[in-house]
Amino acid sequence: MSARRLFTGPARLAAIAPYLWLALFFLVPFGFVIKISLSQTAVAQPPYLPVFDLAAGWDSLVAAFGELTLDNYRLLVSDNLYLLAYLRSVMVAFTATLILLLIGYPVAYAMARLPRRWQATAMMLVIIPFWTSFLIRVYAWINILQHDGLLNTVLVGLGIVSAPLSWLATDTAMYIGLVYSYLPFMILPLYATLSKMDGALLEAAADLGCSPVKAFWLVTVPISLPGVGAGVLLCFIPIVGEFVIPDLLAGSDALMIGQTIWLEFFTNRDWPVASATAVVLLAILVVPLVFYERAQMRQIEGRR
Amino acid sequence: MADDELKAQVAAPTAAAPGAPLLRMAGVVKRFGTVTAVDGVSLDIRAGEFFALLGPSGCGKTTLLRMLAGFETPDEGAILLDGVDIAHALPHERPLNMMFQSYALFPHLTVAGNVAFGLKRMGLTRAETEARVAELLALVQLGGFEGRRPDQLSGGQRQRVALARALARRPRVLLLDEPMAALDKKLREGTQRELVALQRRLGMTFIVVTHDQQEAMTLADRIGVMNAGRLAQVAPPRELYETPASRWVAEFVGDVNVIEAEVTARDGATLTLWSDAACAISAVAPRVPAAGKVCVAVRPEKIRLAPRVAGEPAAAFNALPGEVVGHSYLGDVSLYQVKLVTGALLRAAVTNTARASGGFAVGERVVASFAPDDCMVLPE
Ligand SMILES: Nc1ncnc2c1ncn2[C@@H]1O[C@H](COP(=O)(O)OP(=O)(O)OP(=O)(O)O)[C@@H](O)[C@H]1O
Ligand SMILES: [Mg+2]
Repeated sequence: MSARRLFTGPARLAAIAPYLWLALFFLVPFGFVIKISLSQTAVAQPPYLPVFDLAAGWDSLVAAFGELTLDNYRLLVSDNLYLLAYLRSVMVAFTATLILLLIGYPVAYAMARLPRRWQATAMMLVIIPFWTSFLIRVYAWINILQHDGLLNTVLVGLGIVSAPLSWLATDTAMYIGLVYSYLPFMILPLYATLSKMDGALLEAAADLGCSPVKAFWLVTVPISLPGVGAGVLLCFIPIVGEFVIPDLLAGSDALMIGQTIWLEFFTNRDWPVASATAVVLLAILVVPLVFYERAQMRQIEGRR
Repeated sequence: MADDELKAQVAAPTAAAPGAPLLRMAGVVKRFGTVTAVDGVSLDIRAGEFFALLGPSGCGKTTLLRMLAGFETPDEGAILLDGVDIAHALPHERPLNMMFQSYALFPHLTVAGNVAFGLKRMGLTRAETEARVAELLALVQLGGFEGRRPDQLSGGQRQRVALARALARRPRVLLLDEPMAALDKKLREGTQRELVALQRRLGMTFIVVTHDQQEAMTLADRIGVMNAGRLAQVAPPRELYETPASRWVAEFVGDVNVIEAEVTARDGATLTLWSDAACAISAVAPRVPAAGKVCVAVRPEKIRLAPRVAGEPAAAFNALPGEVVGHSYLGDVSLYQVKLVTGALLRAAVTNTARASGGFAVGERVVASFAPDDCMVLPE
């Protein structure tokens, strides 16, 4: 049956709804952001020029269009403050996602191998932190990591270190915060694919001459790749734009792009540069998404 | 076709003494908690044999097969392959392969990738592997399907990929767990014939698990009937059907009428019995003791029905008077239910040899008779 036949009457409306949603709450606001990114800063309300005034007539609209420039984007390329922030964001997101994968995979694997009746409990334990506000949990980490915090007290108490270490305002603290906060987003999609895997496949691999380790690499890992892809994207993309965790836990010498946007927007009140930074960030994030989408399409097509 | 080469490899010389069984199970026991799934099974499988394990659901067939494959370890007993105990060897160390009931095809690999999977662990060159994959796919008539993925195949095609994959490493014994369970009836019959032909051609040893008696009889040279973890009887299909070892086997394999009777006399191989149905029975049963209560089992197709005139005295031996109370026409045969004077129901299967013949109507009085040779006398 063709897709066109499938969507008739009310079903067609239902199929349009998500696009409508996307247009209304993503494309339109994003259009505003693009427009602001092409404007100039001004000491005014709103703090940029030109302003499109539909009431002022066609000619003034055309004139306003003429005033749009790419200057803000040129600034982003010329000042390596922005370049470094982008680079740092991608590096931090990459490292954190790698750590998340290395921790999340074994945890998800172990969860999927638990007896059925324990799996729901394990799932609960993964989700429970969400019941507390994210901000409070990050502040709790500040408490743990600060000079006279829990971590240093334990380390000194056990005699592992002689004097308290400074954890806060370091990349280590930031990575701890990132990994802690994003772990459920890595574990859940991995667990979903691993728990669906038919145990007979591993028996078949053993039957065909694979040791358990080999069976893991040749069967379990390839079959769990869609889960790995989903988990990596769910972590990587938000971490690139992450603002709260680096701001509260990392030092202030190197900024991530989320912090840069915040700075431009609230401290410098430079909406156009902030908008341009955000647009470029989105463009960077679309790249991995497109790759993932391609891989998924290939898989679906392969199945057909 | 490279069958001969394959055959030569399969029939590799055995280390064991000539005439010794290829596979020997001795007192194998497997318990799961309080359940004894396999309870002291001893069984010899000969090289080149097609053996079927038949039994009702939950009798331990799969468990026995999984112990052969190495997925379960027996709690007691030994499993000898070519005289070597493999009871505790790991699955990947055993020269046996299994075809799984769910097929367990790798979803991330193509048909060729699935078949090559076992070959790649054997250290063959790439060219050898490819040649063997092509050979195996031709064997199961799946040439041209190399690049498909399992979910792009029909159930029957998947089944054949699973078979090719299990055959790829040329196992000493091929284990098949309900290989036809997922196929529809028509396809199943064709596939059964193909499987038998394949086994004959390769000269391999096959052990198949099934709960379908017809399938076991179509496929196997010998059938082992299991009940509650034990082997009730091991025999070729005909012997199993015509001379079952117990009432349970007689009732499990095919349909049977059981008449309880008491032995009154023996004359050579012929017994004379007196049944509850108020009838004298003469039965050929050389091995049954000459006294006591026994069961006389008669298959429905061995019973002949004849019209009975009211008031006529019953014949002397093996003739039970009754009345037709049920009739179902199945095309090739008609099944009649005959109510005996004792109230017991007797089932008779009459082959419909002529198109026009009417058979018997419900309510008609009949005499059901059978030959002394067709009586299976079994201990109570
Ligand atoms: N892993 C297990 N844990 C506990 N009990 C089990 C396990 N595997 C099998 N059993 C029990 O052992 C008995 C035999 O099971 P098995 O699967 O061998 O039966 P089967 O003859 O193959 O039946 P079927 O025809 O339904 O497949 C059953 O009572 C079953 O519940
Ligand atoms: Mg079974």
